[in-house]
Amino acid sequence: MSQVNRLPHGGRIDRSKPLRFVFDGRAYDGYQGDTLASALLANGIVLVGRSFKYHRPRGILSAGAEEPNALIQLGQGARSEPNIRATQIELYDGLIAESQNRWPSLTTDFGAVNSLFHRVFPSGFYYKTFMWPKSFWMKYEHFIRRMAGLGKCPTEPDPDRYDKLHAHADALIVGAGPAGLAAALAAGRAGARVILVDEQQEMGGSLLSDRHAAIDGKPGAQWVADALAELRSMPEVTLLPRTVAFAYYDHNLVSLMERVTDHLSPTSPEALSQPRQRLWRVRAKDVILATGAIERPMVYADNDRPGCMLASAAQTYVNRYGAAPGKRAVIMANNDSAYQVALDLVDAGVSVAAIVDVRESADGELAAAARARGIDILVNHAIVSVAGKLAVREVEVRRMAGDGKSVTSDGRTISCDMVLSSGGWQPSVHLFSQSRGKLTWNQDILAFVPDRLLPGQNNHSVGAARGVFSLSGCLVDGHAAGTAAATAAGYTQSAGNTPVANAQPAHGPMRALWLVSSTAPLGHKAKHFIDYQNDVTAADVALAHREGYRSVEHLKRYTTMGMATDQGKTSNVNALAMMADLRGISVPEVGTTTFRPPYTPVTIGAFSGIDKGDFLDPIRKTPLHSWHEQHGAPFETVGQWHRAWYYPKPGETMHDAVNREVKAVRTSVGIVDASTLGKIDIQGPDAAWFLNMVYTNAWTKLEPGRCRYGLMLGEDGMVMDDGVTSRITENHFHMTTTTGGAARVMAWLEDWLQCEWPDKKVYLTSVTEQWAVLGISGPMARKLLSEVAPDMALDDQSFPHLSFRDGVVAGVKCRVYRITFTGEATYEINMAPSYAMHVWRALMQAGEKYGITPYGTEAMHVLRAEKGFIIVGQETDGTTTPQDLGMDWIVSKQKPDFLGKRSLQRADTKRPDRKHLVGLLTEDPNEVLPEGAQIVAELKDKPPMEMVGHVTSSYYSPNCGRSIAMALVRNGRNRMGETLHLPYEGKVVKAKVTEPKFYDPEGARING
Amino acid sequence: MLLIPCPFCGKRDEHEFTYAREAHIARPTNGEQMSDAEWAQYLFMRKNPKGVHYERWMHAKGCRRYFNVARDTVTHEIYAVYEMGQPAPAIERENGR
Ligand SMILES: [Zn+2]
Repeated sequence: MSQVNRLPHGGRIDRSKPLRFVFDGRAYDGYQGDTLASALLANGIVLVGRSFKYHRPRGILSAGAEEPNALIQLGQGARSEPNIRATQIELYDGLIAESQNRWPSLTTDFGAVNSLFHRVFPSGFYYKTFMWPKSFWMKYEHFIRRMAGLGKCPTEPDPDRYDKLHAHADALIVGAGPAGLAAALAAGRAGARVILVDEQQEMGGSLLSDRHAAIDGKPGAQWVADALAELRSMPEVTLLPRTVAFAYYDHNLVSLMERVTDHLSPTSPEALSQPRQRLWRVRAKDVILATGAIERPMVYADNDRPGCMLASAAQTYVNRYGAAPGKRAVIMANNDSAYQVALDLVDAGVSVAAIVDVRESADGELAAAARARGIDILVNHAIVSVAGKLAVREVEVRRMAGDGKSVTSDGRTISCDMVLSSGGWQPSVHLFSQSRGKLTWNQDILAFVPDRLLPGQNNHSVGAARGVFSLSGCLVDGHAAGTAAATAAGYTQSAGNTPVANAQPAHGPMRALWLVSSTAPLGHKAKHFIDYQNDVTAADVALAHREGYRSVEHLKRYTTMGMATDQGKTSNVNALAMMADLRGISVPEVGTTTFRPPYTPVTIGAFSGIDKGDFLDPIRKTPLHSWHEQHGAPFETVGQWHRAWYYPKPGETMHDAVNREVKAVRTSVGIVDASTLGKIDIQGPDAAWFLNMVYTNAWTKLEPGRCRYGLMLGEDGMVMDDGVTSRITENHFHMTTTTGGAARVMAWLEDWLQCEWPDKKVYLTSVTEQWAVLGISGPMARKLLSEVAPDMALDDQSFPHLSFRDGVVAGVKCRVYRITFTGEATYEINMAPSYAMHVWRALMQAGEKYGITPYGTEAMHVLRAEKGFIIVGQETDGTTTPQDLGMDWIVSKQKPDFLGKRSLQRADTKRPDRKHLVGLLTEDPNEVLPEGAQIVAELKDKPPMEMVGHVTSSYYSPNCGRSIAMALVRNGRNRMGETLHLPYEGKVVKAKVTEPKFYDPEGARING
Repeated sequence: MLLIPCPFCGKRDEHEFTYAREAHIARPTNGEQMSDAEWAQYLFMRKNPKGVHYERWMHAKGCRRYFNVARDTVTHEIYAVYEMGQPAPAIERENGR
């Protein structure tokens, strides 16, 4: 018979909408409105998983986010997701779920032998067992990883879409129980912009499980429905159900995760047409934390048997889901709230065998009502054992001794199939703690409550989240906080009246009993679990205490308590309080745990949103990109730019293509797309003065129409960027930077102008994308240009090296710079990007008879390396001075000041034996050194050897007919001719130190 | 994630800004006369206080202006923002902070 424990009526499920789902390969039925947990319970399934360390059979403990046991592998294939709490999975038709951490099946699990050997898994077991011998770790790890561990990650890419959204609010209200709803109504009526979030599918919080509450004369559920209807009618109010506020950051920034389609079949059209989840970042003027409280289980012997549950969870399953967790309950409690659970169960037709109250008396209103219903109440009693391996069968109860630290022989067994416990309530202070608020201990409710807020944050905890548990208290709190938030944001409309609750039974005092004694000493026969998810027992806490791990942080790390997916929501306070008892001090003296994001686990996909694959980072393309693509060029990524790398012809390897391109430039003419060069337009009467400050060489005497290479240093004297800058007119310069350094240089120049020299009149504009740049280089470059630019005078007198001219090229107004990065005669033709393709095609056409060859970044690098031209960031690494590079010639001795000048005089930068840039020629001319290879002067049989430098650039040079390399080598300039050793990849390569110039060292080719 | 009040644009999220080092460190005009130790003081040594820190930020994805911020390094409270060239304001904090 299906749904054996489904109640005939009651609850918020829709019995007219049956759903079919599969758990561990078997099909079951549930209803719309069920969670996976409530549907499993309705079907009489209490065993849902195996524990992490001991593989103990486990059932469902809770009905919410705090669930430590019922972790489920949800879905199949690429959409399979591990460690999802069954208590938060909304049932949909066709849902497929599997239990975790068991093999071959839940009822027969081989890993359970861990339980027999539990003495090898005490606290600190990782530290103790695997300290020695070190080499054994690999073997242990294999074993542990297989036995321990929870669900499985799919190996396929996630097929779902995720989204991100930013929002602002006057009041962000977290939690839509009575306090949160009252706050939202007040703030919303006053006119404030409100975002109300709740992690559950339905808003209403505790009112959804409460059959007795009435507000403003209406049943609780009706008041919730009316409140939501009113809120929906307010244009400035946003309601976000199925949304968890999981992180609280600085300056009131709160992250939310909205589960948009998780409640739908993942392949349904409705699910596929929307993002699966949405990450919100909300900046709120005020955050109202109406996050409620979480019930604590009591710590009694074998309290993890399937069927052991939080009392309030059983109440929720019965009242809200119409699902009984069992047929016959025994309830153990240290407070009055469990009595209401007993009454609700009896009302629903579920039998309550006994209430075991650890207090010495139970005389409250609720206890009287329970007695009147004929429920057996055993005061000053405790459950000392729970029988039933795969499901609770019976409990043994004993009268407690006077101090509560032991039990008497007076007792009996009671048969039952569930044990419901209530150890009191801990306010959900997670977000308050994440906002870096300080907590304080409240001895009346035996719980941590919010105390002081961090200055700069603005939030208000209301209702149960601050330890106010009465319904009327929650409503008063929420209404006041909502009104205050709206007033503070400047809204003056009426917030309406405070909602009024019906009379609720009063609750008597609690008893602090953090460990329920058994008949055997702690750690023998039975286990008292504190942290179910990490299998941490009371005996582990006692062991940590004996071994001196007594502060909260030590306790946590030593036992692993409070870690993993539930972050100790049901266990932290119990462990702290037990440690306090052992140490004979108060709970706050042991410490409080600091909560960190996330409150519950968040899908990684939600963090990345659409920022993945091609959308991870913007791609910058030059106006000639499509031409490069059509001609088969692979692209090299330089910053965000995609640059043509080389242009292979059919059958060519990369090596073939690069050699052909490099040779063409030296013998005829090559053409390169240099549009990615950083370009900064610099204007103003102080522009020349400014360049004098930011470059190492002199700029004031540069004539308009001329260009000059410049080196830029940091204030520490280290090379930062280089490039050619041209003087357009007296007060107008055009600076070029490296492709990757453009943004950094722009910020650097702005920094000095704005912060240090604000009185100077210099104006900077980034013009990188306003100019496309085509370079033609080689002995035939001038001839080629003369054919497409017949009106330009190109002889060396009219247009010398290091100058520029404006002219018409292929019918287009261009600015042509005569500067070179190859050592050959080179013209860099600049134009509006929209004309670049036209000019490029015209040059290709006119150059055909010369065998014009497009070349990519790889050939460009080989060409410049042949000449010994540096690339900043390749030959330099932030610790390289101009002198290290052998570039003294560019450092002015005359200028009184420039950035980095003084640092070049520091003792360390003046040191003669720093690492110098040198050339390296391998003994074997065909051996191309790997870039980054380490260099040793004194070779030894095996490491360690003293390393004296590394290879910075290395290529095969077809023009030299051999490999060439540049390297930074300690005292390198004084090692000319010396042979150094490069051990790598199991061999040692010998190389001779040379000048870093390999081709045309005298620069004769510059005029073609 | 801080909410930084740009003096020119208003409150904006931290990701629009770049941090630009400690404020009120003037570049010496007599570097040549300074000892290495004195120069190192300017170049390398920074305050790193627990409490109020005067620092520069740049609104990189906005107006691209540099400005000064007085920020508490413990709480991230921003006590003041002020334009370049203005003196550091004295910050009096309430007791117990
Ligand atoms: Zn701005």
